[in-house]
Amino acid sequence: MSEFFHSTFQFLPEPVQYTVYTLLKVVVILVPLFVVVAYYTYAERKVIGYMQMRRGPNRVGPLGLLQPFADMFKLMFKEIIIPTNSNRYLFIIAPVITFAPSMAAWAVIPFNDTLVFSDINAGLLYILAMTSVGVYGVIIAGWASNSKYALLGAMRSAAQIVAYEIAMGFALVGVLMAAGSLNLGEIVGGQRGGLSNWYFIWLFPLFMVFLISGVAETNRAPFDVAEGESEIVAGFHVEYSGMTFAVFFLAEYANMILIAMLTSLLFFGGWLSPVPGLIGDSIGWLFAKTSVFMFLFLWFRATFPRYRYDQIMRLGWKVLLPVTILWLVVEGVLVYFKIGPWSG
Amino acid sequence: MPEIKNYTLNFGPQHPAAHGVLRLVLEMDGEVIVRADPHIGLLHRGTEKLCESKPYNQNIGYMDRLDYVSMMCNEHAYVMAIEKLLGLEIPERAKYIRVMFDEITRILNHLMWIGTHALDVGAMTMFLYAFREREDLMDLYEAVSGARMHATYYRPGGVTRDLPDSMPQYQESRWRSKKEAKRLNQNRQGSMLDFTEDFTRRFPTYVDEYETLLTDNRIWKQRTVGIGVVSAERALQLGFTGPMLRGSGVEWDLRKKQPYEVYDQMDFDIPVGTEGDCYDRYLVRIEEMRQSNRIIIQCIDWLRKNPGIVLTDNHKVAAPRRELLKADMEGLIHHFKLFTEGYTLPEGEVYTSIEHPKGEFGIYLISDGCNKPYRLKIRAPGFAHLSSIHEMAQGHMLADVVAIIGTQDIVFGEIDR
Repeated sequence: MSEFFHSTFQFLPEPVQYTVYTLLKVVVILVPLFVVVAYYTYAERKVIGYMQMRRGPNRVGPLGLLQPFADMFKLMFKEIIIPTNSNRYLFIIAPVITFAPSMAAWAVIPFNDTLVFSDINAGLLYILAMTSVGVYGVIIAGWASNSKYALLGAMRSAAQIVAYEIAMGFALVGVLMAAGSLNLGEIVGGQRGGLSNWYFIWLFPLFMVFLISGVAETNRAPFDVAEGESEIVAGFHVEYSGMTFAVFFLAEYANMILIAMLTSLLFFGGWLSPVPGLIGDSIGWLFAKTSVFMFLFLWFRATFPRYRYDQIMRLGWKVLLPVTILWLVVEGVLVYFKIGPWSG
Repeated sequence: MPEIKNYTLNFGPQHPAAHGVLRLVLEMDGEVIVRADPHIGLLHRGTEKLCESKPYNQNIGYMDRLDYVSMMCNEHAYVMAIEKLLGLEIPERAKYIRVMFDEITRILNHLMWIGTHALDVGAMTMFLYAFREREDLMDLYEAVSGARMHATYYRPGGVTRDLPDSMPQYQESRWRSKKEAKRLNQNRQGSMLDFTEDFTRRFPTYVDEYETLLTDNRIWKQRTVGIGVVSAERALQLGFTGPMLRGSGVEWDLRKKQPYEVYDQMDFDIPVGTEGDCYDRYLVRIEEMRQSNRIIIQCIDWLRKNPGIVLTDNHKVAAPRRELLKADMEGLIHHFKLFTEGYTLPEGEVYTSIEHPKGEFGIYLISDGCNKPYRLKIRAPGFAHLSSIHEMAQGHMLADVVAIIGTQDIVFGEIDR
């Protein structure tokens, strides 16, 4: 594809060609992402709706399918209210700081063997870095709003991200040990050979920790204390309206999809087929696996009550972290004695 | 080094967990509550004063609007006060209907409570499950009185009319197909009692459903066990009644201790907690729903076998039948007098109380022999419960305040009056 592009646009100077090509790739990844985010909100309302014996949106368009666009237009035309005593500059910049990393993280996600925006060696580290940067937006939003509820939300969020980032990082170390690479493509490549070679079997505790931390990282129920509706109203984004709110919203959903996709890449063999002899590998597998985890996010929200802030901390530090460290030791022993997938 | 100071947080009245118009001024040390100061009066309508300017029967409607999730129970206490002062006997069938609707109301109230309490703690689905059942009970209200909430169904001397022979039906609409409407109408074909019986058969499985979602849920237990503990002794001192008192382990229920209407003929148990925390009160209320269901079944059984009048034939206090107006001069006069002047009560004072879903709901009525109350004092259970919020919430975290407000089951209609 690259050659085709460069031969077609030969008349352009080299740097322009490169820029246009890169931008084109960005668009190819981000536009479908936006569409998925839009319909993920729709799916959330439908799925939770049916779980709660109601119908969800069904008025705008057939089956309510145009609802995400109606919401988007509504938010676009709403006034952005900036509270009087807020820090105007930080107030506006905060949603951008949350939004940008949640988009940037997609740069290293491989969709199959060749389809990846940027095939860097430290992909996993890059993703960890990007998801952590997002929390600065939350903290800045909470501080800049000059509201006690927002500040409480921001403080909770900061503490939560620190606790769960560590558990998540340790869970990823396990994957790293198994694959011997930080490159996401190679991690998936290491799981070749059918269902039995996927990492979730040997790294099951780590998979659980990763999934739980993933839910916590994205501030979703039952870990949604940062915006805990019934306690601190809407937490860090209580003062936000219109597009500034929508940007937070977009970032949250993009992050959820990212975590779902990471889970399927790291533990469930990404685009690899579970039965390689019968059905070939395809990008469809990746999307199917991701959808399952995306559904889990919604299912959790419909089922669980919300944790209290200190209980989340306890779970993160006293349960998840010891579990990961313990399993890393177990894995080390397995690797040393060449048991299981490390036999070869 | 700067001194660390507590800060105040204004919680409500516009807050998702304020249950209406509660305003709490919280003094907080980080996330921990140092002092919780409830501010009330934002829903004050002066019901007690308003009642002094209306003939007795016209005040019944105000009672519905006190605790607006357990309407008929409020009416019950009020009409009982009038009956007691008049020394009025009411027909047996009316007593059973009242007991049945008191228990339907109790289930209505507890469903509202479990829905909002769970929603406050974050279990969103519970709320909609509870409202699914409330819909059926509201239909019962509608069938019997024409109104889904503010029924004004009880009268001094009985209830306005007998239970209807048919239930309101769902209609086909743009959003509800004919098939769907037919499915919804399936159990509405018979009389109101048939529908109620059908509900009592379904209801225990619904309660089981709630329990699978909450009772053994780790998060739910972490959020409620050991939260807002009130000892039995302290609960009595604070004037707790109803499930709040029973959750603390005091076996006190007016339906058993001083039975009114036909509660002494009913077979039911009183659940009692041991720890006095939010989880115990949750279990008590869940069990109360099951017991209410039992009482309703017994009432249905009796009501089926014993037709009869439901309103006293003393036409000084109860309107005569419609056809009597056309044929009988005396009937016409009674009707005219009742709906203009009303009736007078003998001079004196009276206190009646019932086991309201939230606790002891009392009416203290002073009559000076006029056709209006001289003074009416409403004893609202929620008021005493809310007064203790500081004691219950102190030292807990912000999220627990929300759980405690939920467990107190407060409704501002009765607290502010």
